[in-house]
Amino acid sequence: MADTRDIELTVNGESHAANVETRTSLGDFLRHGLGLTGTHMGCEHGVCGACTVMVDGEAVRSCLMLAVQANGQEVTTVEGLAEDDGTLNALQAAFWKHHGLQCGFCTPGMLTSLTAFLRDNPDPSERDVREAISGNICRCTGYQGIVDAALDAAKTMQKGS
Amino acid sequence: MAVRYLGAEVQRMEDPRLLTGHGRYVDDITMEGMLHAAFLRAPMAHAKIRSIDASRATALPGVHRVIAHADLGAKYSHRMNQLYPAPVIEQDKTQYPLAKDEVCYVGEAVAVVVADSRAIAEDALALIDVDYEALPAVVNIRTALDDDAPLAHADTTSNLMGKMRSSFGDIEDSFAKADHVFSAAFMQHRGGCHSMETRGVIARDDPWGDGLTLWTSAQSPYLIRRALATWLDESEERVRVIAPDVGGGFGPKAGFYPEEVAISLAARLMKCPVKWIEDRREHFVSTTTQRDQHWDLEVACTAEGKILGLRGKVTHENGAYVPYGILLPNSSLTPLPGAYSIPAIDVSVDIVFTNTVPNSPVRGAGRPCGIYAVERMVQVVSRELGIDPAEVRRRNYVRSDQMPYETGAKLRGGAPCIYDSGDYEALLEKALELSDYSSFKERQAAARAEGRYLGIGVSSCIEDTGMGPYEGTTVRVESSGKVAVRTGAASQGQGHHTMIAMIVAGNLGVKPEDILFESADTAKFSHGIGTIGSRVAANVGPSAHDAAFQVREKALKLAAEVLEASEADLDIEDGVVRVNGAPDLSISLGELAVQLTPMSAMRVPTGFDPVLEATSFDGSSGSPIACGSNVAEVEVDPGTGEVKVLRYSVAHDCGVMINPMVVRGQIVGGVVHGIGNALFERMIYDDQGQPLTMNYGEYLLPLASEMPRVDITHMETPSPLNSLGVKGAGEGGTIPAAAAIVAAIENALTDFGVVIDYYPVDPQMLTELIDAGAAQAAE
Ligand code: FES
Ligand code: FES
Repeated sequence: MADTRDIELTVNGESHAANVETRTSLGDFLRHGLGLTGTHMGCEHGVCGACTVMVDGEAVRSCLMLAVQANGQEVTTVEGLAEDDGTLNALQAAFWKHHGLQCGFCTPGMLTSLTAFLRDNPDPSERDVREAISGNICRCTGYQGIVDAALDAAKTMQKGS
Repeated sequence: MAVRYLGAEVQRMEDPRLLTGHGRYVDDITMEGMLHAAFLRAPMAHAKIRSIDASRATALPGVHRVIAHADLGAKYSHRMNQLYPAPVIEQDKTQYPLAKDEVCYVGEAVAVVVADSRAIAEDALALIDVDYEALPAVVNIRTALDDDAPLAHADTTSNLMGKMRSSFGDIEDSFAKADHVFSAAFMQHRGGCHSMETRGVIARDDPWGDGLTLWTSAQSPYLIRRALATWLDESEERVRVIAPDVGGGFGPKAGFYPEEVAISLAARLMKCPVKWIEDRREHFVSTTTQRDQHWDLEVACTAEGKILGLRGKVTHENGAYVPYGILLPNSSLTPLPGAYSIPAIDVSVDIVFTNTVPNSPVRGAGRPCGIYAVERMVQVVSRELGIDPAEVRRRNYVRSDQMPYETGAKLRGGAPCIYDSGDYEALLEKALELSDYSSFKERQAAARAEGRYLGIGVSSCIEDTGMGPYEGTTVRVESSGKVAVRTGAASQGQGHHTMIAMIVAGNLGVKPEDILFESADTAKFSHGIGTIGSRVAANVGPSAHDAAFQVREKALKLAAEVLEASEADLDIEDGVVRVNGAPDLSISLGELAVQLTPMSAMRVPTGFDPVLEATSFDGSSGSPIACGSNVAEVEVDPGTGEVKVLRYSVAHDCGVMINPMVVRGQIVGGVVHGIGNALFERMIYDDQGQPLTMNYGEYLLPLASEMPRVDITHMETPSPLNSLGVKGAGEGGTIPAAAAIVAAIENALTDFGVVIDYYPVDPQMLTELIDAGAAQAAE
């Protein structure tokens, strides 16, 4: 029989209790256990960053973390980024404005990675942003729109705070 | 009539959904009773299958069935169909959906497990016992045609898949009267697809209801429908193929894959939906890639650097099977004069089998290779004659007063290759200006004074885009006033929804947000082709334009009757038809649609069909030729061989731009893909055909930290070949990039006499070349 455990965790502000197989990754649990399919699996070996979510505020690769390890923790996925009224937040809006996405597959991981990064680095240079997303692969955009979006969002967020 | 949105930087309509995690990619779709599949794949590059024993796997709890070739029955025992038959294919080897008795590359599908979950299906793979008898494998294209080379297929006598040739002009005469003849040989290696979303398929078979439905992460749903229906020997009406959101395509998702057949058959056998999602390791071994081409060329020129002729031989790697006909070698030859007026060309290609994953187009298909070859030879002329690379190009371009210019080459299908419009020299000047080319020598000297090595490289290209024959659109006004727009063209991130909505909205007089766009579902639009070869803007653009125009005409005609006004006095704005000068007289498009499409016992207005709808297949009357010039500036560390791309400048002309923001995105993304080809992406096999680069630590993709900012400037020379004046823009960034980067590296290392004959250029190769150069200089 499969080895399972009971876990409890908060995802985008909602608490969930579940019985999960110990080998299930956090990413698979979010996608298939909770139906939060915004988190994408690009490589399942920890390099592409598409699966990035925030666990207790830190950007984490959900393909490399087991669901059981998230027990008792607070997870934020791309579905939890927009403002409470559903409008795009500053970073999402900047991605939209600067054509920071094409196919949209890397986008959730880019947004979550940059959310954590911009919180800790409110006034980054272009080089800083490029280093910050150097663990997120995008095959479509050539990164320029993403970098421009992050820089613009940083400005907007600074004005807002 | 003004098309109001054409040329506007409209933010994409697809984005809010994707930015909030509400995309719908294949793996996001679930359905009642769905089972999950995993494929057992060949572990050897070439082997006979003696036997398959799945009893241990079948016994695993949660496994429903293991299916191999023998389980498919006589009806489904044949090889896959050739999508692109061509007379030059001498050995038309396609594969079986599940290998029959021989495997010819590592990764070839041998059996499929169907289980309750993907994890259980993957567990079961390890429990299938296959008895293989290893056979010798052929991997190196340089020796694949030698007499003693191993054969890629046991039942053949040669690894030659076929031969092609592009030849025009009097080549003997060109070489006889040349002041100089120079030669160069080089290898080109292009990597794989590496869309961030891997492939994936869900099949559902409902024999008494909807028939067979396939959700697949693909570029060409209609091609798959036709190929699958043909393979199954069933009606296309009973096969529906849907490409939902697709996370990147880049060419390899344009084909018809064994997994699409195998999963369809699995769903049929299991009588329930079956899903398969490729994992990244499988992507490396089972998704088609592009890989090696070896070129051996001679160029004939005058003392002033005017090129008179180009001749030589190419060896093209085909991989183990022929899923795409000769698309790749052909698209390598077609662009051969590049942006230049070269009176005579004679280049032939040997297409050879290897025991590696079958080859397919990757962004640009063969065009980056053909253009690289021409640009290399221009570079050779520049170097040998000591003429500035930009100046050699000026002396050789097809001039704008020569347009339309017939190169002498033939397109696929035999039509002459004609450059329709453009000003290549003006484009070069714009690129030079953007890159501060004229002051580069000073920058270079200043850097050298600090011990740094800078180099600059120029490259020009043409791109044949908009391949026909059509990609239609239907536009229909609903009673709500919303406008349904449907086309076959699948999107993998190119922004088709926005582009087409802009065209229809502008033409019809509605708001773009009132457009309900659906595409890439064979049940929703009668026939389409696919998103390949930068063809959508130049085919769907005109059909959307025309269909919207027809609906407008129909609406105005009916409104004129209803409002008792002259058609000439009417205008449509925001979905409402108004009479100029009489603001109170108006009727909405929705109301017109209701009048035209009444329910029972009402009258359809005389002289009208009962729908406010039109379908058009208007496209381009030839292949619009886009063009570009790129300038790369690099810094090379001669100690470590590290290459940094400092600046990258693009002057690009894709005719009239529908949405410049989207065009920029295509160019930057394309350039970065091309830089990846030039510096990073390398799919390595050992001499037994074992792939050695199977994850993103071993196979390097371009990252944000290594990529430069790409500066872009445009020219807009309208194409005379379609109603909008547009040309394709999807691959023009990639095509010239490798040539510009390689030329820049050589330029940086002139002191060491470095000449590069292989890309991707890695640090080890460079340090060896630098050391060899330094040693020679010391002698
Ligand atoms: S899927 Fe987790 S890093 Fe790629
Ligand atoms: S937008 Fe497609 S991978 Fe980044």
